[in-house]
Amino acid sequence: MFELKQVTYQDILQIDQLVIPSQKITCLFGESGSGKSTLLRLLNHMITPDEGDVLYQGDDIEKIDPVQLRRNVVMLGQDPVMFEGTVKDNLLIGVRLAEKDEPRSSTLKSMLTDLQLHKSLDDDASKLSGGEKQRVALGRVLLMDAKVYLFDEPTSALDDDTEDVVMDYVTEYIQQKRQTAVMVTHSKEIADRYADQMIYMTEIQSQRGEPHGSNA
Amino acid sequence: MDQMLEISILQLISAYLFIVILLFIVRLRKIPREKEIIIATLRMTIQLVLVGYVLMFIFENERWYYSIIVLTIMETFAVFNIYKRTKQPLSNHLKKMIALSMVAGTLFAFFYFDFVVVQFAPWYDPRYFIPIAGMLIGNSMTGITLGVSALVEGFSSRKQEVDAALMLGATPNQASKGILNHAFDSAILPTINSMVGMGIVFLPGMMTGVILSGASPLDAIMYQIAIMLGVTGAVSISVILFLYFGYKTFFNKYSQLSQ
Repeated sequence: MFELKQVTYQDILQIDQLVIPSQKITCLFGESGSGKSTLLRLLNHMITPDEGDVLYQGDDIEKIDPVQLRRNVVMLGQDPVMFEGTVKDNLLIGVRLAEKDEPRSSTLKSMLTDLQLHKSLDDDASKLSGGEKQRVALGRVLLMDAKVYLFDEPTSALDDDTEDVVMDYVTEYIQQKRQTAVMVTHSKEIADRYADQMIYMTEIQSQRGEPHGSNA
Repeated sequence: MDQMLEISILQLISAYLFIVILLFIVRLRKIPREKEIIIATLRMTIQLVLVGYVLMFIFENERWYYSIIVLTIMETFAVFNIYKRTKQPLSNHLKKMIALSMVAGTLFAFFYFDFVVVQFAPWYDPRYFIPIAGMLIGNSMTGITLGVSALVEGFSSRKQEVDAALMLGATPNQASKGILNHAFDSAILPTINSMVGMGIVFLPGMMTGVILSGASPLDAIMYQIAIMLGVTGAVSISVILFLYFGYKTFFNKYSQLSQ
């Protein structure tokens, strides 16, 4: 699905070669500051590498219309952002922005249940707790029916039990639709349990002569 | 109606008594503002005297190029004033967009006003040309200044929201929509409010001037209405132009937020 060749981004990333397979769940694993989120942002062209190529389905990402790319390769950032409006507005905003068909209310309601959200569609989104916002944001991207999902710590604000239920649902959803996911996590447990493929940041980062951090 | 009463120099000097009183109070209360008050009074006096002579010269020698020169000076002053009054640092690209939209917006509204609404004869008649251009430009300047602040502030405080929208496949335009609407609102609101209060809360300076000069109040309000509409037009066109071009400077060619 993705291929990175000789990619450099500032002094954060230096990757010789990396392949991310399609229709698989790939986990990016590493400690904070190891460049996981940066790598994720390269994949939907939220940032452009200083050197090297990022290929999506064999095409150089810089030659693809970035907005169209992001509608196929949807990303959920680390901090869930709620837009003005209700839970329903927030669930639908991705579909609306990407100009895709709006799902029915019944679909939205069952999504709330599946994500363990006991909220009404008409509730004000700004009044939700951190964990609830995270799940609304997660539901929002799943509804977009994208080819690829990029998740940056999608369950960081959830307790362990909810995390399991939500992750079970998300992975099943993606596998059923034969979609691809790349997920950043610092939880070994999550990575072990849900990843088809693991990428360790320490293994893909090639050092540039100097030890890391000395050029900060 | 009679001609305007003339104020003699002596009468004018007596008006400076207000400043003397102010200075007295300030000294009594030990507020360290004497210098500023004196400088402001002096500047106001000198600037107005100079403008009086310049205008007298221009009014007596009606030439299209004098009117155009004054217009150019006003536009330039307005643009630099916007740069100065905006607290946040501005990129060069954004500065260009400010100048462009300020000039294009006000000129369009002004020449429509000149050739269609009032039909100055000749079109450069400085008695109409200069004060009316001044009003349109001055109000647009305030509008754009507010718009610039709201836009820059919006892109810094709502950066996460813009970023999140881009990740979902929003175009830069869609991602900035909230910021743009808010900026338009804050830029245009003072003009709307002044229309609401017009005539009840205050008589605008222009109308006061027209009435003082001996015209009937009815003629004065006709002008005032036309000018308020012109001002609203100039402010909204220049602000819309600015926002339309301005938001793009926050994105690069890959629809990413520029650093």
